[in-house]
Amino acid sequence: MAEESVEKNYMLYICTGCDIGDSLDIEKLKEVADEDFSVESKTHEFLCSAEGVELIKKDIEEGVNTIIIAACSPRVNYDTFNFPDIIVERVNLREHVVWSHKPNDEKTQQLAEDYIRMGIVKAQKMELPEPYKEEITKSVLIIGGGITGLTAALEAANTGYDVVLVEKEAELGGWVKKFAKLTPSTPPFRDPREPDVDEKIKQVMENDRIKVFTSARVESISGQPGLFDVVISQNGTKEEVKIGSIVVAAGWEPYDATKLENLGYGKYPDVITNVQMEEMAADGKIVVPSTGKEAKKVAFIQCAGQRDPEHLPYCSSICCMVSLKQALYVREMNDGQAFIFYKDMRTPGEYEDFYKRVQEDPGIFLTKGEIKSISKTENGMLVEVTDTLLGEDIEVEVDLVVLATGMVPRLKKIAERLAKEEEAEGEEAKEGEEKAEATETETEGEAVSEALEEIEGILNLTYRKGPELPELKYGFADSNFICFPYETQRTAIYAAGPIRQPMGVAESEDDATGAALKAVQALELISKGAATFPRVGDLSYPEFFLQRCTQCKRCTEECPFGALDEDEKGTPKPNPNRCRRCGVCMGACPERIVSFKNYNVDMIGSMVKTIYVPEDEEEGLRFLAFVCENDAYPAFDMAALNRMEWHPDVRIIPVRCLGSFNVVWIADALSRGIDGAILIGCKYGDDYQCHFIKGSELANRRMENVQETLERLALEPERVKVVQLPISEFDRIPEIINEFVEEIEENIGPNPYKGF
Amino acid sequence: MRESIPSGQLSGNILVIGGGIAGLSAALEASEAGYDVFVIDRNPYLGGRVAQLYKYFPKLCPPYCGLEILFRRIRSNPKIKFLTMSEVVDVSGSAGNFDVTVKINPRYVDIAKCTACGECVEVCPVERPNEFNYGMDTTKAIYLPHDLAFPMKYVIDGSVCKKDECAKCVQTCKYDAIDLSMEPKTITIKAESIVVATGWKPYDATKLTNLGFGKYQNVITNVMMERLASFNGPTKGKIVRPSDGKEPSTVAFVQCAGSRDENHLPYCSAICCLASMKQATYLREQLPDSKAYIFYIDIRTPGRYEDFYTQVKEDENIVFIKGKVAKVEEGENGNLIVVAENTLTGEKTRTEVEMVVLATGMQPELSDINLPIKDLKLDSYGFATFDVPGIYAAGVARGPSDVASSVEESTAAALKGIQAAKR
Repeated sequence: MAEESVEKNYMLYICTGCDIGDSLDIEKLKEVADEDFSVESKTHEFLCSAEGVELIKKDIEEGVNTIIIAACSPRVNYDTFNFPDIIVERVNLREHVVWSHKPNDEKTQQLAEDYIRMGIVKAQKMELPEPYKEEITKSVLIIGGGITGLTAALEAANTGYDVVLVEKEAELGGWVKKFAKLTPSTPPFRDPREPDVDEKIKQVMENDRIKVFTSARVESISGQPGLFDVVISQNGTKEEVKIGSIVVAAGWEPYDATKLENLGYGKYPDVITNVQMEEMAADGKIVVPSTGKEAKKVAFIQCAGQRDPEHLPYCSSICCMVSLKQALYVREMNDGQAFIFYKDMRTPGEYEDFYKRVQEDPGIFLTKGEIKSISKTENGMLVEVTDTLLGEDIEVEVDLVVLATGMVPRLKKIAERLAKEEEAEGEEAKEGEEKAEATETETEGEAVSEALEEIEGILNLTYRKGPELPELKYGFADSNFICFPYETQRTAIYAAGPIRQPMGVAESEDDATGAALKAVQALELISKGAATFPRVGDLSYPEFFLQRCTQCKRCTEECPFGALDEDEKGTPKPNPNRCRRCGVCMGACPERIVSFKNYNVDMIGSMVKTIYVPEDEEEGLRFLAFVCENDAYPAFDMAALNRMEWHPDVRIIPVRCLGSFNVVWIADALSRGIDGAILIGCKYGDDYQCHFIKGSELANRRMENVQETLERLALEPERVKVVQLPISEFDRIPEIINEFVEEIEENIGPNPYKGF
Repeated sequence: MRESIPSGQLSGNILVIGGGIAGLSAALEASEAGYDVFVIDRNPYLGGRVAQLYKYFPKLCPPYCGLEILFRRIRSNPKIKFLTMSEVVDVSGSAGNFDVTVKINPRYVDIAKCTACGECVEVCPVERPNEFNYGMDTTKAIYLPHDLAFPMKYVIDGSVCKKDECAKCVQTCKYDAIDLSMEPKTITIKAESIVVATGWKPYDATKLTNLGFGKYQNVITNVMMERLASFNGPTKGKIVRPSDGKEPSTVAFVQCAGSRDENHLPYCSAICCLASMKQATYLREQLPDSKAYIFYIDIRTPGRYEDFYTQVKEDENIVFIKGKVAKVEEGENGNLIVVAENTLTGEKTRTEVEMVVLATGMQPELSDINLPIKDLKLDSYGFATFDVPGIYAAGVARGPSDVASSVEESTAAALKGIQAAKR
């Protein structure tokens, strides 16, 4: 902020190719630049050609340092018009003007002129970003020493990074250490494989780059990526380490089978879980608990407490394979017989071959079926099954019943506790209201929360937005994007393994390797002062002019990534390395004190103010479209590519995310006579598509403030509207835009502030 | 410009074969960690199969959304370079020191000059089947592959273009971008490691003679259904049946069409159950009076995907029938009779529907493209197994997987590639 910015030498380049020259009065565009801004301009009929680029380069050599290129969309020719250390603003005359509007029409010309004005103003208000850089620690913290954590630790260390591995148990290895064999994971997918976890543990222990803490937990994490202060407690002692990035591999626990009394668990000793079965097999003997005899006939009950709204509504993905494997134990270890009762046999991909191999075994009987009852008989356990593939109900008497119970992510109980705490805080806030009577249910509720209170956290972040990775659903850690499954709402903290979604050993190892890459990649980006996903490499970051802060806390509240902490007074404490550069804080701030070097409230406000608003409504009304640059903007480009037309009185202003939309722009626009504004962003809600999690949702919420602004100005609420538009539905653009314009033109009328 | 055909000695730390979602993810993740990456793709555009999908399950969100972010990351990252219309013809050397020979097929359009203005299309007299829409419509011989094509450049199908005999596009192009005499070009790229992300193709449904594909017009495949539902598909997003353009009021989805079948693909493709459920939602949303029947062996919706199954089941006009379809017969007026055995009730059923969608599986491209990497081991289905130092497979090249799993594997492969490059 301190440096005096270099004087800007501007040049506007107008490309006349691709219908631009044939559809617009180029001389008039040049006049606008010259007369309104004293900016010189040049034209070229093929600006993206080697010759055109040469023209620009020559000017740069002669001192031009701020250029405005009025040509095609910035989404094309991106590296043709990329000049190091030069401010470049692209004005989209091709897609957003001539391909989508009538050629040689006065309105089209006015549109182009406004875009030229807006482009010049934007360039005027823009500085080259200077990255936020601090000396960082390039080390990775891995939480969890199971197969996922071990793999992540080894992979990060083998890539040349220091690793700190924290495991809560005394021994490394997690669940896999307790397993007899693993599901086959390589062709020919026929035989269960030996666990290689001991070898992994050995490699971890011998690796100089990996420091292991067992019987330990992470007590707190403060600071920001690259500069985390992590307190690890181990056997009553505390150690503080500097960490750069984090992989959360805290894993899973088996579903509490005592809730499955209907299946006989807890009632009959000879009904056990698949985990207990595995442990018996690992000990070398599969026996009937009540008698201690070898189990000869074993029934496996699939989906025990799974795919069941009363228990786990989801499928744990691995239990079918686990039971197939355990049926083979019964065959091989006890020369026994196995029965597997399933809802759907789920052996996706090449695991199908494993299923086939088990089907080939005459001692293993498989059928779809619903369990009617499990009861004790004189000689063992009776399993009654209905709706089988045999078309009739069947009964099987067995020695042992194994319930294929599912995986519960370790985050689940923590998330429940946090939700309870938040609720309690909310209630505390509602002070003064009648004191709650201690009803029975409440006492029960208290007992539950006491049990929850003992659940220790995993990360224990000191972030204002909470101590853990946000929960997605069912206690699984945040991973909402199909195309970007590693991306979480906490920068440089990645989840891997079954804490993210149910998965088996081979999948966890892959997942851990990927998460290790994300962790080391974050370090490399942050060390350069560059943003991580999705604005990867962005060197800008938000700066806060705190002297004017009123401690309203909107920015700290709304930042989707928990980048901002607060001091006691409520003043935001920025952590640039946690920031994803979406600008939600900028949109949130009523005092307009948040700005990026190349993106700020003043810049967009000035662009709005430079738009020519005819005093005479006969000349047409004026509208703004604030569009998300990630999805809506490309959608407009695609609509134009298909030569769809939309109303020419609308001026498009791209924003980093709709969440960076600041309400003041509406005041700026309407007080100058602009007739309405439409905000076009991504889908929000449970299946949100917003790349910044909540941007479009926040913009929609800010409409309340917009309505206040409208009320203050005595304007109609219909003048501002938010629309969700998936990128692929670009065909809806003409309708969306035109309906919005027509509604105001026909039913509301011009803005009375015109000409003020 | 990075989109142009390079010359001279080229090198990168990692070479990625395949520019679909798996390859692009591997390439971007590695390059964003600071490594130089080359991506090679056979198509004239990056993005692969997912570019042809209407929506992803379970969020029902558009694949273009994620692709645009991938492209945006490529645009702003000079460490990633790519070649389209290119195939690997030879690989020599070993981990840390591979020489990869790449053949660049002629695009006949100079990438550095084409502005995508589209005037060439107006004058081109030749039509060709549009493979992007699985042949359900046509494009001109010079065409833009699709709306989000990256790079946004036209291409000429050399197999149908009349070249010098016509050359109307050459005269029309103001930018001198078309060169009909373009020849294949061979270049060598040095790389320290290789990621194989060659992806999949839909199983050839004409082999499923009992299911009527290729015999009855109104039997289509699941990949075709994606195009029918897409605005930029052959019907502008209208789900209509091919024979008469009628909106189908009943559609049967035949699961495991050629999958889990010893005579075709013995494995399960892992995604078809979810894909059919997703497509049933396309149908039900667009045609509220329609009814979908899903004939299945097992419904496979692992993990949280179960929620999607639960949600789809709530629609009483999406009917799930457990039973393998024995055959599809011709009915009247272009209708079809789906013959199946309901394995739960034991009865043989004959269901008349107006359109049939075959849930065909994914076959690895590696099963017949003969990638010239002698150490690359394939299993009996053509999936890559991985015990070659310096060469890592990701996505469906390695095994049937959905998009999220492909991206995870790719990210993992990127790290393995980096490790090999660092040695």
